Amino acid sequence: MKKLSMLSILMAAFSLTFSQASLAACGEIVLGSAISLTGKYATNGIHAKNGYEYAIQKIKENGGVKIDGKCYNFKVIYYDDESKGDRGATLAERLISQDKVQYMLGPYSSGMTKAIAPVTEKYKIPMVEAEGASRSLFNKGYKYLFAVLSTSEQYLASAVTLAAEMAEKQGKKPSSVKVAIAVENDPFSLDIRAGVSEDAAKYGMNIVIDEKLPRDLSDMSAILTKVKLLKPDLLIVSGHSKGAATAVRQIEEQNIQVPMIALTHCEAADVTGKFGDAANDILCSTQWAETLAYKDPLFGSASEYEMGFKNAYPEYKDKKVPYQTAQASAAVYVFKDAFERAGSMDKEKVRAAISATDLMTFYGGIKFSDAGNNIAKPMVLRQIQNGEYNVVAPSAFASHKLNWPRK
Amino acid sequence: MDQILGNIGLLFEFPVVNLKIILDGIMVGALFALAAYGLALVWGVMNVKNLAQGDFVIAGGYVSWYLVQNGFPALLGVPVAFVVMWGIGWVVYKLVISRVIERDLFTSLLATFGLAIMMAQILNLLFGSDTQSVDLDYDVLYFFDGFIDVPIAKLIGVLMASALAAGVIIFMKSSRMGQAIRATAQDARAARVMGIDTEKVYAFTFSLNSAICGAAGAIIVMVWVIQPFYGIAYSIRAFVIVTAAGLGNLPGVIAAGLGIGALEQYGAHIFGIGYQQAIAVLLLLLVLLIRLIQQRRNRQVLK
Repeated sequence: MKKLSMLSILMAAFSLTFSQASLAACGEIVLGSAISLTGKYATNGIHAKNGYEYAIQKIKENGGVKIDGKCYNFKVIYYDDESKGDRGATLAERLISQDKVQYMLGPYSSGMTKAIAPVTEKYKIPMVEAEGASRSLFNKGYKYLFAVLSTSEQYLASAVTLAAEMAEKQGKKPSSVKVAIAVENDPFSLDIRAGVSEDAAKYGMNIVIDEKLPRDLSDMSAILTKVKLLKPDLLIVSGHSKGAATAVRQIEEQNIQVPMIALTHCEAADVTGKFGDAANDILCSTQWAETLAYKDPLFGSASEYEMGFKNAYPEYKDKKVPYQTAQASAAVYVFKDAFERAGSMDKEKVRAAISATDLMTFYGGIKFSDAGNNIAKPMVLRQIQNGEYNVVAPSAFASHKLNWPRK
Repeated sequence: MDQILGNIGLLFEFPVVNLKIILDGIMVGALFALAAYGLALVWGVMNVKNLAQGDFVIAGGYVSWYLVQNGFPALLGVPVAFVVMWGIGWVVYKLVISRVIERDLFTSLLATFGLAIMMAQILNLLFGSDTQSVDLDYDVLYFFDGFIDVPIAKLIGVLMASALAAGVIIFMKSSRMGQAIRATAQDARAARVMGIDTEKVYAFTFSLNSAICGAAGAIIVMVWVIQPFYGIAYSIRAFVIVTAAGLGNLPGVIAAGLGIGALEQYGAHIFGIGYQQAIAVLLLLLVLLIRLIQQRRNRQVLK
């Protein structure tokens, strides 16, 4: 046994020197990222970092980034922003002025992106971010900020459309639908609320409950009691993973019967694993699902991406690959594509190339508006059916039929 | 404003909701009271205001959660969390608290504040920042056409909390150590003169507090959710309750705990759940104001 392990160490060392030798042929493009490795965003921050690293590895395996006939590999300098906005801004400053980073990958969460964007903007550093969906990021006139994900007001707006469709099927007017909204008081969730209430207003729906959840939520029975009394047709909850966990648990406990319930962060909260059948028929919004039919030459199809990622990161074996990871990989892919089209390391040329991106990826289409948000990819709604996440909306991509009413 | 009036209207339209709010409040309050009692104990006996109180609660929750992850029954989590947190409390006392106990107020506040940050981060590193909970497969009892729901898991939690509180009360009243603790609280110097080993009493008290918090956390993880950074919510409530009830006033602590639980639920119903914790802090302000006015009547000078 001991001999065997000695041998394997030797072999590992050998292959390491070899791979390093072959790498030396390629140049290096240094990216910077201040991302949450500790603090309240740590879980998702690490998901995002793994997504970056997986894409970088994948690009390396496929011959690197080709600029002007030469090959390059990405390398990322990470700093831990401790999930604190001011820390994030300081670290971005340090990445740019001390480490001389010319290109940035985004942090996790809208709040952190909001803290960093002014810094990258000041130094004219192109930043492709994958985890900040707040629409307030895209009305400030930023020129160097690009986001591959759908903005947050789209997250649950499709549930409103779905509720209107169901009402029509029942022979009722969409305006008869009553909506209850409970969202956390943070930029991301408030955008979701804005998107939902705008769409509800379009249909003339009545919003009967409109409440903000506290940051340290562990009990929302007060809201659910009101839901019981006012009987809305659609319940929207968004409060990161704690909101999803608390909602699913207490909806079951209090035996709340609402025909349609839509949440965010279902996977992050692992509602199917933790609460089993209680999570059935709940709608969950997602940026991406591995069952979607998107494809690209680097990662393959969405499901191939999932398999490849699980092989590279065995700790994800027993769970779904979170969309936070997929979109992080897509952000790195955008950089590769832009560098190759720009054919140069010049910062302004690369920015122009990013801005002109029109790319189909395993994660969905990517095409940036002038404001920097991605306008080529719709949000997806999935319903938990017998513990499985099945895509039910938008109907064009749907693999399954919607169960309605819930229970 | 319309929404607030509408919410108040609901209370009258469906009177049974009041009962539900009060029941929910009492169930939350029972656990607040437990953490607050531990705080009152440490505050009264050693004059240390433990800002890490809530983090001990959360740590206890994680002990129980960890056990369940490894296939142990959830109810076992409560006694195990009690024992494990006792040990952790003792270590913390020896390492940190024993060094600041004789110092002034700010030193102990700073030390326990640092402790709170440390504990939250250690829990975050060990268990990740996701919310966790333990799901007990018990039924839920419904009354009044399903308006009132009492999950048996919550009921068990409250019963365990009361049993623990009763146990601690009896222990403090009748055991030798309980007497020693009370003597030390009254006058540490006199107690020392009478041959009580106050150092031992301090260590015991702090460990007991930590254990009570741990058990409370183990109950909380069965009924609600925990996250490494939730400690502050329990610390704040414990402080509000102890300030309202006063030190060494156990029935007061329990009554204040249950009362704050119920008032918070009312506040959450009327003003929206976002203001739930604001209600607790508002109550603290009110209590302080009333205390101030009361004390103005009999001003005393300390020499």
